Amino acid sequence: MKITKRMFMSIVGASLLAPAPMQALADGWTPRKPIDFVIMAGPGGGADQIARFVQSVAEKKDLTNRPLVPNNKGGGSGAEALIHVSNANDPDHTILVTLNSFFTTPLRQANLGIDVQKFTPIAMMGVDPFVLWVHKDSGITTMDEYVAKVKEMGGEYVMGGTGAGQEDSIVIAYMSDAYDLDIKYIPYDGGGAVAKDLAGQQIMATVNNPAEAKGFYEAGDFVPLLAFSDERMPAYPDVPTIKEMGHDFSYYNQRAVVGAPGMSDEAAAYYQDVFTQIYESDEWQGYLEAESLSPLWMNADEQRDYWALQVENHKTLLTALGE
Amino acid sequence: MRVGEIVTAGFLALLSLYLMWKSTELPIGYIAGRGPGGGAWPFWLSAIMLICCGCIAFNWWRGSNPAAQSDEPVLDSHGWRTLLLVGGGIVGFVALVNIISMYGAIAVFLFYYTFILGRHRLILSLSISLITPIALFFFFEGAMRITMPSGLPFTDPVFNILYDIIY
Amino acid sequence: MDVLTLLADGMLLSLQPLNLAMILIGVTVGLFIGAMPGLGSVNGVAILLPVTFLVPPGSAIIFLAAIYYGAMYGGAVSSITLGIPGASTAVATTFDGRPLARQGRASLALVTAALASFVGGSVANILFTLFAPVLASVALSFGPPEVFALMLLAFATFVGLGGDDIPKTIFSICFGLVLGAIGFDQISGAPRLVLFDYNGFLQGIGFLVLAIGVYGIGEMLWTIEQTRGDVESNTPKMSIKGMAVDTKEAAKRGWRGTMIGSFLGFFVGVLPAAGATPGSLMSYGVTKMLSRKPDEFGKGAPDGVAAPEAANNSASTGSMLPMLTLGIPGSPTTAILLGGMVIWGLVPGPRLFVDEQEFVWGLIGSFYISNAAALLINLAFIPVFIWMLRMPFTILAPMIFVLSIAGGYAATRDMFDIWLMVVFGIGAFFLRKFDYPLAPAVLAIVLGPIAEPTLRQSLLLSSGDPSIFFTRPIAGPITIVALVLIFLPAVKLLRRGLGRRRKRPAQ
Repeated sequence: MKITKRMFMSIVGASLLAPAPMQALADGWTPRKPIDFVIMAGPGGGADQIARFVQSVAEKKDLTNRPLVPNNKGGGSGAEALIHVSNANDPDHTILVTLNSFFTTPLRQANLGIDVQKFTPIAMMGVDPFVLWVHKDSGITTMDEYVAKVKEMGGEYVMGGTGAGQEDSIVIAYMSDAYDLDIKYIPYDGGGAVAKDLAGQQIMATVNNPAEAKGFYEAGDFVPLLAFSDERMPAYPDVPTIKEMGHDFSYYNQRAVVGAPGMSDEAAAYYQDVFTQIYESDEWQGYLEAESLSPLWMNADEQRDYWALQVENHKTLLTALGE
Repeated sequence: MRVGEIVTAGFLALLSLYLMWKSTELPIGYIAGRGPGGGAWPFWLSAIMLICCGCIAFNWWRGSNPAAQSDEPVLDSHGWRTLLLVGGGIVGFVALVNIISMYGAIAVFLFYYTFILGRHRLILSLSISLITPIALFFFFEGAMRITMPSGLPFTDPVFNILYDIIY
Repeated sequence: MDVLTLLADGMLLSLQPLNLAMILIGVTVGLFIGAMPGLGSVNGVAILLPVTFLVPPGSAIIFLAAIYYGAMYGGAVSSITLGIPGASTAVATTFDGRPLARQGRASLALVTAALASFVGGSVANILFTLFAPVLASVALSFGPPEVFALMLLAFATFVGLGGDDIPKTIFSICFGLVLGAIGFDQISGAPRLVLFDYNGFLQGIGFLVLAIGVYGIGEMLWTIEQTRGDVESNTPKMSIKGMAVDTKEAAKRGWRGTMIGSFLGFFVGVLPAAGATPGSLMSYGVTKMLSRKPDEFGKGAPDGVAAPEAANNSASTGSMLPMLTLGIPGSPTTAILLGGMVIWGLVPGPRLFVDEQEFVWGLIGSFYISNAAALLINLAFIPVFIWMLRMPFTILAPMIFVLSIAGGYAATRDMFDIWLMVVFGIGAFFLRKFDYPLAPAVLAIVLGPIAEPTLRQSLLLSSGDPSIFFTRPIAGPITIVALVLIFLPAVKLLRRGLGRRRKRPAQ
């Protein structure tokens, strides 16, 4: 039983399996030690799930000769991860899974001295759209009913989210402004806690990534009202976008992998190759579809331009938020 | 002990004051309609710490707790020696981690403790301080896949060989 | 009845030779991972995840369950033998486990912990099998005010835990709570208490940094200083007969704590936000309150080992419930398991319990078997742990320091945290000399970051009106019981004319 043996080995660690045959990178750079795979969020959230999924694809396909070792550094809206990666003493073996706090945290915490353009672009794995959800027992099924309800409650309508300056609060702030709503916003420490309190009707509505609300949606507990994507999502064809409603706005959470500042070109090329293979794998493409992520593949230069654009966009959004 | 007790309480009171002052960077009051501000929780808890220090000092003055009545020194000469040799050893251990890697530091610390402090035989001390880091290497890096600090670049050749063995 | 059939299938699957071998390996590996200060089931499960691609999901689940159970049993081992709680759930185990080990009765403590864990796990498994869907809806009815009320109740049990010096105990609790507040303020999102404006404090101070500092370094330094560096090992050799005697004594003197811990731990563990730490702490407090000899607690009462161990095992099993029925992780370990389910193509969420019955009951079935295997393997290894304790102290002590530093790094992967650990350790050494109880601080750093946000979320919900804690049907009674428990000793004290005021943070 090769499988059992292999499994046993990786647990006990004294793996004497033949050195993993790599894709032909005969002349190229290869990692010499385990790769510090830093995740900008605590265990269990959307970003963490994606990171672990990516890691298991790499493992399954044997794409790296040294393992990707997940390292959750979620503290301070990702500040912890950004500091850790910026100060990495071995940038060739340090990569980071990012979300939008990659842009917002350096803006909100200027004293950290983080310049995102110093990071090394590796791969844009996809972008995660946002959807407005309510509980089915509220009886609300359309955006009009929702707006009417919030106005009727006069400041007592409670929404949950992951905190001031976080992705969902930016979306909610835009929405409140666009529809002239007065919403009471309760910050939680993660998307899972928010979904749970919507399911238990402790709060009345949330703005979440589809991945985090999917289980409850399929069980019929959550009703999607509005999507903040550019076009209607294939998995939710009946849900209108805010653009259709006449507001020129869309907002996505980036799911990108970046290298530590100062990573050598050879190492960057190696990781770009590895993550391109992961991106093109059936597993990842299946994941994108199942979790309603939109593909947004870019090369390194495009990624840098995208970062610059996002930093500008977030500056505007955060200013509007009064941050 | 008597002096030590009040010095400790005084030090902790200063710490509480510092924490209170630091907490005021965020609002410490009750914001109408929103509950306490971001600094309220640590501010008022630090204030309670300060009050506790006051009570401790009061008890000291009354002499109502054992430490306040004792004339023993906080640490006798042997105590200081222990603290310096063992505590200092730990500080040295941690300082070495960034230079000669976690495993190198473990070996040095174990040898220091067993041979110099513990006065064990050389053979025993040497074997403990060599086998432990190697076993820990295979445990952490091989089985748990946790990378420990590898110190300054000069240790790289050794680690490259070890990594080739385990992966 | 088909639930029982599925459950039986799950158990039978676990008993196939191949899977049984995996259980044995998993439990053993888990036991040692759990016994290592700093590492816990979360690490064990994390390394296993990628491997689950290579084996059929059925076997992967069994392996996960085995590691999970092994690590839970292992947590008690480091609390008792090394005196370092490897996880916040095992802090309460040190209260009586450590004194027992010092009295040369480590084997009694270990046997008690193993038996209590087994009963706790079994009770939890049975409750889980019978009441899963009902309990899920109870879990959903716990919003922020209910969780805060529960935290108040957990704090109430502190009252009986400190030393004799009340100001020092209160100081310790508040200090832990303030340390827990360092980092970012969850509600406003602003950085808070960044001491000396050093960026390292932005990430906050974790439980392990304080716990390993206090126990692994401070307490050890204190022991070395007190005993002049050479502790005479008074741990007797193990024998089969000795173990049989211990088992009998454990059953006789630990059954109360075991029963209280098993049930209380499960119900607290089921609530997604609370988890196993308040469960084990409350069980300890309640057992002490109900005991006929409360004075024995803290000095080596087997009930004091049994209660938290039964509770944390029971609660850890209970924390699987919100994951399986709601798709919400109740702990970091279940969060990683949840990630694994995504990889296997399962959709976490309320449908899982209905659509994937085979998976769910297979998992629970393997819990039963893993729990039993963990008991047997743990008992078999007790002589090894005892042997460790019999090592000369000048070898054991540096080993403990090494495990503390390396294990601490493995958990946080940050040298700054290691330096903090050393600072806490040396500070704890001096505070220990002056009889400051430190366990309350270590527990407060875990409970504070749950209590404060839920307090403020509740007040946001009620627009600043504190009556929300009294008017909600579940929160109300819990809050009142907690306040009574907190103020009862204070009233007694006032009567005794000590005239010192006991406080609570203003609500």
